[in-house]
Amino acid sequence: MEPFTKITAVAVPIDQPNVDTDQIIPARFLGSPRPDQVKGFFRDVRLDPNGQPKEGVTLNNPVYAGAKIIVANNNFACGSSRESAVTVMYDNGYRAFIAPSFGDIFFNNCFQNGVVPVRLPAERAARLRALLHASPGAQVSVDLAAQTVTSPDGEIDRFEIDSFRKDCLLKGLDEVSLTLGYEADIARFEQRQKGELSWL
Amino acid sequence: MTDAKTMFEKIWRRHVVVDRDDGYTLLYVDRHLMHDGSATGFALLRSRGLKLRRPDRGFATPDHFVLSDSRSVADIPDPNHRSLVEQIRTNAAATGVTLFDLGDERQGIAHVVGPEQGVTQPGLTMVCGDSHTSTHGALGALAFGIGSSEVAHVMATQCLWQRKPKAMRINVEGTLQAGVTAKDVILAIIARIGTAGAVGHVIEYAGSAIRGLSIEGRLTLCNMSIEAGAKAGMVAPDDTTIAYVKGRPFAPKDAEWDKAVAFWRTVPSDAGAVFDREVTLDGNAIVPMLTWGTSPEDALPITGRVPEPSAAADDVRKASLKRSVDYMGLVPGMPLEEVAVDRVFIGSCTNSRIEDLRAAAKVAAGRKVVIPAWVVAGSGLVKRQAEAEGLDKVFREAGFEWREPGCSMCVGMNGDTGKPGQRIASTSNRNFIGRQGPGVRTHLVSPAMAVAAAVTGHFTDVRKLMG
Ligand code: SF4
Repeated sequence: MEPFTKITAVAVPIDQPNVDTDQIIPARFLGSPRPDQVKGFFRDVRLDPNGQPKEGVTLNNPVYAGAKIIVANNNFACGSSRESAVTVMYDNGYRAFIAPSFGDIFFNNCFQNGVVPVRLPAERAARLRALLHASPGAQVSVDLAAQTVTSPDGEIDRFEIDSFRKDCLLKGLDEVSLTLGYEADIARFEQRQKGELSWL
Repeated sequence: MTDAKTMFEKIWRRHVVVDRDDGYTLLYVDRHLMHDGSATGFALLRSRGLKLRRPDRGFATPDHFVLSDSRSVADIPDPNHRSLVEQIRTNAAATGVTLFDLGDERQGIAHVVGPEQGVTQPGLTMVCGDSHTSTHGALGALAFGIGSSEVAHVMATQCLWQRKPKAMRINVEGTLQAGVTAKDVILAIIARIGTAGAVGHVIEYAGSAIRGLSIEGRLTLCNMSIEAGAKAGMVAPDDTTIAYVKGRPFAPKDAEWDKAVAFWRTVPSDAGAVFDREVTLDGNAIVPMLTWGTSPEDALPITGRVPEPSAAADDVRKASLKRSVDYMGLVPGMPLEEVAVDRVFIGSCTNSRIEDLRAAAKVAAGRKVVIPAWVVAGSGLVKRQAEAEGLDKVFREAGFEWREPGCSMCVGMNGDTGKPGQRIASTSNRNFIGRQGPGVRTHLVSPAMAVAAAVTGHFTDVRKLMG
């Protein structure tokens, strides 16, 4: 996994709450190999059935080309467990998501792919989105080590993140290798469970 | 202070392998369900040269990509999809996990198959690379969905890194009216707390209305916990649970059975256990529900009207209501009973079990559908049982199509999608934009309500059709 330390990049505001992972990548793209999924990115939000860009859709604005950050609303990426919701955004260049809250499985999936889900209080996320709407294409910084988000106007928000997750992201540590280091504990657990829940 | 514990707390503690100082727990997974979408997990495992640690804890069945009008893998037109269904076969053979394959009567939607086979049991931890794994909590298991990287992690280690969620209890007291089902209860709950209402929490559903539900009803209820944002949903195991598990193929037998039952009796929350949050609903007041919009929280009683976006409290809400009303092609203020429906789907891991089909058949009996309507049983065994009871005949005579088990139109990955602009009354769990195909409008309802729409051509309070 690629380590994540700090990025400064164009950020896209998405105001709508409860954006579900079916919007981020529709189900019809999921059966394809990852390289073919790239074009599924917010496909039906961005494009009409003929593949033409829809009008008035923030994501279609060329100023957001090269964006690496999405600033969203409550319960971002809720719904289906599809990890493609993270990988399709990764493959489209995104590395950090800022929202008041996230869909639980998406939140966990982010850490498996070296991207950072940042929780900011609702009013701070709303303020940030408003700033981004006021100056489209403005940059935001996410500094994982310092646990800060820097808005285009220079205001700094501190965010909380579990030290376990932070550590893995900073080092690009892969969880499977980490867990395999606990082999003795797992074996001991299994031994004990064999006695207790012998019917399993 | 007491040391009374919640059911969630008890199951969690029992599965801790390692507790780290930083608040992370390595949690042991008792059962891992796999489906055709788990191919990515297997590929990740292989790419690292790792072996599946506990094939005896893995159970696989193809569901998302299987056709609903054929049992042959060769008939799957999309080569990528066909390959995913083939891979579950080769992966199961290579690793030794139990497979309920296409052509085997035990095949079906993973969340229908698990309980049906007795794989799902009280007090266990279960995962699956699918968000509706919360379904299995109906039997008093701690069950939740994970992504494909975590699927590979469980395959390699039989464990997961978790931060302990909070505990929430939702009490539904009273007696449900005739025509009101578990689906209506969960829609009423989500309408009340919102789709983010239980984020970070494991829900325990409790109260007399919940205890009165069959296992099928509890499965429907727990299934949609994820739609309330919850990590998992559970119902305390009781006599109903134990009677349900008894005799199932993977349930304990003989002396082991007694030992298991003794353990299961210890699983429910202790009296006086404290929850981080509690919500109470009056079960007597719940009426048949449906969703009108594009989020499961957009649920209203059938007696209601399409909301007026202009009446919303703030601009963001106003914009989102307007967007939903527009997408759904509805007129604000219109009575929901006047909304015409184009198509009906009865199926999905929410509502495709035998009891769902019985409830649907009861309304369908002696009536005729006026719009295309499908019934897709949740598993081959549900299908066989329904046929043994003559339910397929009832459906066919009423004009329903009786199709082969799988996820089908719930998500349309197998090609079972609606047409743009079509309005579908669906017994599934998600009414997201485009969920059943681009431009399709999904309304979530119970099986009985779905039939009521199929035979009248518009949403109808099913209580009017009940004798
Ligand atoms: S029936 Fe629908 S919700 Fe259930 S597992 Fe299949 S696709 Fe997912």
